[in-house]
Amino acid sequence: MGKPVLHYFNGRGRMESTRWLLAAAGVEFEEKFIASPEDLDKLRNEGSLMFQQVPMVEMDGMRIVQSRAILNYIATKYNLYGKDAKERVLIDMYTEGMADLNELFILLPMAPKEEKPAKIATIKDKAKNRYLPAFEKVLKSHGQDYLVGNRLSRADIHMVELLYYVEELDPSLLTGFPLLQALKTRISNLPNVKKFLQPGSQRKPPLDEKALEEARKIFRF
Amino acid sequence: MAAKPKLYYFCGRGRMESIRWLLAAAGVEFEEKFIASPEDLDKLRNEGSLMFQQVPMVEMDGMKLVQTRAILNYIATKYNLYGKDAKERALIDMYTEGVADLGEMIMTLILTPPDQREAKIALIKDRAKNRYLVAFEKVLKSHGQDYLVGNRLSRADIHVVELLYYVEELDPSLLTGFPLLQALKTRISNLPNVKKFLQPGSQRKPPLDEKVLEEARKIFRF
Repeated sequence: MGKPVLHYFNGRGRMESTRWLLAAAGVEFEEKFIASPEDLDKLRNEGSLMFQQVPMVEMDGMRIVQSRAILNYIATKYNLYGKDAKERVLIDMYTEGMADLNELFILLPMAPKEEKPAKIATIKDKAKNRYLPAFEKVLKSHGQDYLVGNRLSRADIHMVELLYYVEELDPSLLTGFPLLQALKTRISNLPNVKKFLQPGSQRKPPLDEKALEEARKIFRF
Repeated sequence: MAAKPKLYYFCGRGRMESIRWLLAAAGVEFEEKFIASPEDLDKLRNEGSLMFQQVPMVEMDGMKLVQTRAILNYIATKYNLYGKDAKERALIDMYTEGVADLGEMIMTLILTPPDQREAKIALIKDRAKNRYLVAFEKVLKSHGQDYLVGNRLSRADIHVVELLYYVEELDPSLLTGFPLLQALKTRISNLPNVKKFLQPGSQRKPPLDEKVLEEARKIFRF
């Protein structure tokens, strides 16, 4: 069985949560980086992208596009999506809340310079007053080591990934959320995650100006 | 006997309409509590009913569900509209997310400042015609079956047909050139539950007019 092949540019963007989930599930994957507009055109012209967009992941004989479709498939395949429909709906609620906050992080590099301070302030406010309190409350409500079903699920992986981005933006944002900090530590110490967090893994760094300019040229935005 | 699902939202399409369509297509009766003032929304927030202080929220099966996709996934699973296995689910998710991307553009059109609206409409038409409708037509052509996935009705068919009605509302000529999608739209519209939902007097919501938009602006403060 071939390894999944991830098609995206060499940066976090909308592929990073897939990298985290595969890594946490202990699944080795390959990456084909889109480095020029021609690379993207080639994928489009060969009919590999259903909506002419990446992320695209080749796995199990399929070319899957759309981040959520990819993540849902991986989570199901590696038993990270809860044991029944009620656990799945909790996982989905939490995951979608995280995606809303994560979206602000994904879009931040593309904001015009003069808009950035306001956007950063919004992210900090939403993290501190809407999202982190909600997830801290979940952990407090059951006192368990994982967000859903007393075992590891994709919700924990997405949560911890997001906590790293919040911490990157402003470490002080995590004060006041001791249970989330403990979750972050626990999940980071799982062998697969620990490996992924080390230098040299396929985890991508924040976008710098040079990488952003390249992405602008490729994706024409 | 379980109570009917209860939908909390303002009286308009927005992010609740796809949920109304899916419940209706599944033959599930539901109630609606409309948020008509900022105080209504604050009440829901203060009583802790909204995990992220936002609607849509649906009360069903003893849960207060928020986040549109979580709600739709749960309903689709419960009423067997989510495929028979993981591979069918992946196809359904791919198609559904494509519908959501175009649907988002159409939904937010009314929020676009008037001077940018023409450009946005042109973009929507271009994307509908050259990216999304063409992709879904290709799926139907590839297997020649009556439904998008697995040769039976799934949420994908409901979401696509709902979208086709919005595309048609924007510009009926956009559907020419997509005969299989037109046929899907007709077939799905004739299913008894959907037919009923399409009739006047159902819980289906009309397009947002400026007056209703102003009310929504006051409630949701945007």
